[in-house]
Amino acid sequence: MWTFFHKLGSPPHFYRLSLLFSPWLAIPGYLLIAWGTYTGLFVAPEDYQQRDAFRIIYIHVPAAYLAQMTYAIMAVAGAIGLIWRMKLAHAVAAAAAPIGASFCILMLVTGSIWGRPMWGTWWEWGDPRLMSALILLFLYFGLIAMRNAISDTAKADKACAVLAMVGALNIPIIRFSVDWWTSLHQGATLIRRGGPAMDADMLWPLLANLLGFSLVLGAVLLRRIRTEVLYRERRKRWVRDLVLGSEAA
Amino acid sequence: MTMFDMGDYGPYVWTCFGLGLAVLVFNEWQARRRHKRLFRDVQVRVRAKEGEQ
Amino acid sequence: MPGLAAGFLAMVQRDLLLVWRRPGDLLNPLVFFIMVCTLFPLAIGPDAEVLRDIGAGVTWVAALLAMLLSLNTLFLSDFEDGSLDQLLLSPQPLPLLALGKTLAHWMSTGLPLMVVSPMIVLTYKLPTDVVPVMMVTVALGTASLSLVGSIGAALTVGLHRGSTLLSLLVLPLAMPLLIFGARTVSLAAGDEPYFGGLNLLAAYLVGALALAPFATAAALRISNE
Repeated sequence: MWTFFHKLGSPPHFYRLSLLFSPWLAIPGYLLIAWGTYTGLFVAPEDYQQRDAFRIIYIHVPAAYLAQMTYAIMAVAGAIGLIWRMKLAHAVAAAAAPIGASFCILMLVTGSIWGRPMWGTWWEWGDPRLMSALILLFLYFGLIAMRNAISDTAKADKACAVLAMVGALNIPIIRFSVDWWTSLHQGATLIRRGGPAMDADMLWPLLANLLGFSLVLGAVLLRRIRTEVLYRERRKRWVRDLVLGSEAA
Repeated sequence: MTMFDMGDYGPYVWTCFGLGLAVLVFNEWQARRRHKRLFRDVQVRVRAKEGEQ
Repeated sequence: MPGLAAGFLAMVQRDLLLVWRRPGDLLNPLVFFIMVCTLFPLAIGPDAEVLRDIGAGVTWVAALLAMLLSLNTLFLSDFEDGSLDQLLLSPQPLPLLALGKTLAHWMSTGLPLMVVSPMIVLTYKLPTDVVPVMMVTVALGTASLSLVGSIGAALTVGLHRGSTLLSLLVLPLAMPLLIFGARTVSLAAGDEPYFGGLNLLAAYLVGALALAPFATAAALRISNE
């Protein structure tokens, strides 16, 4: 078991194995999203207060969850790369940033669209959760900009790892901002004392989408890490053999 | 038609789901495209080098 | 070998001496701050009501921008003439040296801003009893900015177009400061309780003091391999 993980840390092995794993993440992931979306849109009963508008939750919450989780993955991967000098960990961090940013944007935009009918406003400056979510997006941009600015890969990896770790302080702030300050945004719905505050019929599609989105994230991330690994190892022997041995991409 | 209308919230709900779909598709497509491009580039470069030798 | 305190003070002293020799390092951000504060009444018009509303926010944004401007030079001159390499080799702990440089930076940038901020209170027609609150918030906020900004400065020293990247990196971290600081002054101006905001500013500073020097030291090592 341990040798398996150890092997996974070696670039050529990872490159091969990730291809095997991807479908096992992607297919269940997309199926779950399909089921969750369909059920959430057409089967779940309408909300007492928000009526049909609440259905946006099935996109907004998974997006928010992924935006934060991807950042956490980046920060942890960066830390692992710095402390244990694992090259693959840095590749994970590099691959994750753009995906996380895309979900962060999705979260902000769907949140804004949901806010318009619900709170009467597209945006609320000074709302703690909106502000910390926006800061998350800027942190992503900063990380991506920095990686592009430093040409030496090793240096870029380490710098981005430090930056990611410094910015990671924002994640608990996002999570708890609605508890610490008054906010338009509602408080925690799922992970709270007393269990989730949602009807079962509404809850299942949300859980399905949450899991589905996460699995899809895993699959896309694996593919991007493969690309990242290929780039970083492009001058190595194993890449040369791989590339000569195959007809096309 | 009420299904599509979503109780007058139609535009809001459908835009969000459309964006969600777009992001998923984009991520998938972009990841594949990057890989293909890089593979091809590396292949061309390696073949050129092998050709020289 | 000199003790930790001696090393720290030597660092502070050296950087302050450098600023003394190059007064521009102190004056430029200060003048920039004052000019930015003048831009708003020029652009928006001198209506006292409006100015009073935006005074706290404008002061804070201007202070933030002035600090960002000056953060570029925090490590730059040392990087260029090779002293940074010497600092990295020093037997003194790097976080302590980084803290020393940051303190000197704040004393030469943040402190002058704090001294000048009452002027903005008066010109923006804010009530004069807000002056102490304004000065305290600016002092706390610029100190936190120096600390957090030093991380960004260390990460971007010597990079092509490092200054823009520096701003991009530091701004997200500075936003909470801006929110707390400006709000606190606004509340004070409106005669409302503002100690919550002051506490948050102080908490941010304490956190930054504890963590930033280490991050800055790590970043310096990374940038200079």
